[in-house]
Amino acid sequence: MFDYFDALLLARIQFAFTVSFHFIFPAFSIGLASYLAVLEGLWLKTGKQLYLDLFKYWLKIFAIAFAMGVVSGIVMSYQFGTNWSVFSDRTGPILGPLMAYEVLTAFFLEAGFLGVMLFGMERVGKKLHFVATLMVAFGTLMSATWILSVNSWMHTPVGFEMGANGQFMPGPSWFDIVFSPSFPYRLFHTVNAAYLTTAFVVGGVGAWHLLKDRSNPHARKMFSMAMWMAAIVAPIQIVAGDLHGLNTLEHQPQKVMAMEGHFDSHPDGAPLILFGIPNSEEKRVDYKIEVPKLSSLILKHDLDAPMAGLDTIPDSEEPPVGVVFWSFRIMVGLGFAMMGIGLWSVFARWRKSLYEWPWLHRAALVMGPSGFIAVLAGWITTEVGRQPYVVYNLMRTSEAASPLDAPAVAASLVAFVIVYFAVFGIGVWYILRLMGHTPHIDETGVKEGDGAPIRTAGITPGPTQNPGHSGRLPSGKEEV
Amino acid sequence: MDLTVIWGFIIAFAVFAYVVMDGFDLGIGILFPTFDAGPERDRAMNSIAPVWDGNETWLVLGGGGLFAAFPLAYAVILPATYPLIIAMLLGLVFRGVAFEYRWRDPAHRQFWDMAFTGGSFVAAMAQGMTLGALLQGIEITGRAYSGSWFDWFTPYTLLTGLGTVAGYALLGATWLVWKLEGPSQNHARKLAKRAAWATFALMGAVSLYNLLLNDDYAAKWLTAPEIYFAAPVPVLTGITALLLIRSLKTERHSKPFWLALALFFFGMAGLGITMWPYVVPPGLTLWDAAAPERSQIFMLVGVAITMPLILAYTAWAYWVFRGKVGDEGYH
Repeated sequence: MFDYFDALLLARIQFAFTVSFHFIFPAFSIGLASYLAVLEGLWLKTGKQLYLDLFKYWLKIFAIAFAMGVVSGIVMSYQFGTNWSVFSDRTGPILGPLMAYEVLTAFFLEAGFLGVMLFGMERVGKKLHFVATLMVAFGTLMSATWILSVNSWMHTPVGFEMGANGQFMPGPSWFDIVFSPSFPYRLFHTVNAAYLTTAFVVGGVGAWHLLKDRSNPHARKMFSMAMWMAAIVAPIQIVAGDLHGLNTLEHQPQKVMAMEGHFDSHPDGAPLILFGIPNSEEKRVDYKIEVPKLSSLILKHDLDAPMAGLDTIPDSEEPPVGVVFWSFRIMVGLGFAMMGIGLWSVFARWRKSLYEWPWLHRAALVMGPSGFIAVLAGWITTEVGRQPYVVYNLMRTSEAASPLDAPAVAASLVAFVIVYFAVFGIGVWYILRLMGHTPHIDETGVKEGDGAPIRTAGITPGPTQNPGHSGRLPSGKEEV
Repeated sequence: MDLTVIWGFIIAFAVFAYVVMDGFDLGIGILFPTFDAGPERDRAMNSIAPVWDGNETWLVLGGGGLFAAFPLAYAVILPATYPLIIAMLLGLVFRGVAFEYRWRDPAHRQFWDMAFTGGSFVAAMAQGMTLGALLQGIEITGRAYSGSWFDWFTPYTLLTGLGTVAGYALLGATWLVWKLEGPSQNHARKLAKRAAWATFALMGAVSLYNLLLNDDYAAKWLTAPEIYFAAPVPVLTGITALLLIRSLKTERHSKPFWLALALFFFGMAGLGITMWPYVVPPGLTLWDAAAPERSQIFMLVGVAITMPLILAYTAWAYWVFRGKVGDEGYH
C-alpha cells in the first residue's frame, strides 16, 4: 500500500481539484435556473417588462455557466473509473444505477428543454416557453438529487449485501439505498446553499450597478429580490445546517469531533471552540477561544451533556482535524455573515433606504462570491471529515484507488490544472463581462446583441427558434 | 433473453449511437482546416452546432451505463487506457468550448479553430486507440488491471486510432456533402472520397491484424461453423464500400452519409463477433463483469421509460434541421 501512497495522494488532489471546479458551476446554475423560472413567472403574471429584461439578462449568464458545468461534468463521470477503479468495481452495482438514472433523467430534461429555454420564446409561445424553463430548473434539481443520493450513500451506506466477490450488492429495497439516512439533510442543505449562492451573486451584481446608478430600476429589482432571499434563506440554511450536523453526529461522530476540535472527551458539558489552531500531534487546540458548555447545548440541547472526543477514536480512524476544523468555521462564518446582510437589508427596507445605503451595497458586493466559498468549504468539511473512509466505516480511501503509477496521475493532474484554469478562466471572464454590463430596458436575449449564436443548446438548438429572422429555417425550406 | 445480454446490447447501442452521432461532429473538426476561413468554415460548423451537445451526452451514457451494468469492465478498461481517456476528455473540453469561444472572441478565432481541430483529432484518435487497446487484450490480475501505463501503445492501436480518425472524417465529409451546396459541397465530396479509401484501407488492415492478434479471434472468423455467421459481415461491408464509392461519383446528396453509417454498423457488428462473449478480452466475459440482477432490473426500468423519449426527441431535433445549411446560418 505504501508504494501507492504518492499516486493515491495525487489522485485525491486531482479528484478534489476537478470536482471543486465542477461544482462551482452547478452551485450557481441550480439556483439561477430557479431564479429564471421565478422571473419568467412574475413576468407572465404581471406583464411587466422589467421582469422580462432581468430574465434575459441572467439567461445569457446562465447559458455559459451551464455549458461549463456540462463540460466539466463529463470529466467527472469518467474519473471514477480512471482513478478510483477499485471503488468503481466494488460499489458499481449500487452507485452505477443511481448515476445512470442521473444521466437519463437530467439528460432528458436539460438537453431537451435548454434549447427552447435559451432561444425559443418567439417560436413556442410564452406558456410553453415557461414550461421549458420550469423543466430545466426541475432538471437541475433532479440531477442534484441523484448525485447527492450517491454521495449520501457513501457517507451513510445502508440497504446493501456484501457479495462474495467483495462488491456491495443492492438489497431488496432500492428505496433504502436512494434515501439513505443522511440524504434528506444533505439534499436540503446543498440545494439551499445553491439558492443562497445565486442570491448573493445576483445581489452582488445588483449592488455593483446600484453603486454606479442607484436609480436603475433593474439593479433595484434584482438587489431587492436577492436581499429578500438572503433575509429568508440564510436563517433557514443555518437551521438546516444545524439539523444536518445533528444527523452527522449520529452517523459520523468523529467528523463532528474534528469540526468542533474536540480532541478530549468532556463528561460534563463540552465547550464550543470559536477559534484556535488544532495541533494534531499534541492532540490539543492551541490558542483557543471557547465558550464553556455551548457545544453540548448546540449538539445535545443540554448544557451538561457528556460529549466524547477524538481520544475515544483510534488514530487510524481519525480524519485530518485542522482542515475540517477550519473549513467548517469558514462555512459557518460566511453563513452568519450572509444572515447579517439579510438582516441589514430588512432594516434598510424598514427605513426605506434599501437603495440608498452605499455601505450596504458595498458589503453585498464583497459578499457576491461568498456563496461559492461557503459551498466549497462545506464540501471540504464533509468530505475530509469522513476520511479515512470513502464508503463510511466499510471501505478506506486508500483501498479505492486505481493501480496507476504516480507519474501518470501527476501528468494528468498538471494537464487538468492548466486546461481548467485557461479554459474556464476565459469562460468566467466572459461571465464577469456580462455582469459588468448595465441591465437596461429591452434587454436582448441570448442571441442578438453580440452577433454570436450560443452553441450550447442541448439537442434543441436555438437557431431554429428565431423565426422572426426571415420566416425560413436555416435549411432554406419554408417553415413548417 | 438473459438480462446481461440485454445490457450488453444496450451498452453497444449507446456506444454505436455515440460513434455515429458524435463521429461526424468530430470528423468535421478533423477536416476543418481544409475549409477556407470565413463563411465556408462557419457553414461547416453551423451544420453541427445544433446537435453536437446532445450527441456528446451519449458518451456520458456509454460511460455511465458501463459503470452501472458492467462495473468490473469499467474498473479495468479505464485505468488500462488512462492516458487515452484523459487525452480524450481534455480534447472534448477544447472542442466543446471552441463552439462558443470562436464566436465570442473573433480576435482569437484562428486559435479556437485550431483548438476545435486539435480537440476533435485527439478525441477521435484516443477513442480509436482505446478500442484497439481493448481488442488487443487487457492484462488482469484478480479484479484489477495489472499492466503498465503504456501497454495501450502498440502498432495495432495506432492503426485502430488512425482508422477511427479516417472513419470519423468519412462521416463528417459525407455529412457535409449532404448539408452543403455548390463549391463547398464539391470540396466535401473530394474529401469524402479520400477519407473513404483511407477508411477501407485501415479497416482492412485492422481486420487482418485481428486474425494475427489472438487465436480465438482467428478461429471465430476462419473455422466452421462460426464462419457461416461471421462471413456475411465482411461481404456486406465490401458491398457497402462499393456502393459508397459509386454514390460519391454520382453527385448524390444524402446517400453517401447513410452508406457511411452502414459501413460503421457492419464494422461494429464485426467487432461484436470478434469480441463475443468477452467484454474485456481475453479474460473477462460479459457475465464475469455484469452487475447483479437487482441492479440490472432497476436500471432497465429507467432505460425503458426514458430511452424512447430521448430517441424521439433527438430524431425531432434532426428533423427540424433537415436540408441544406444556408448562408444566414444561425446569425
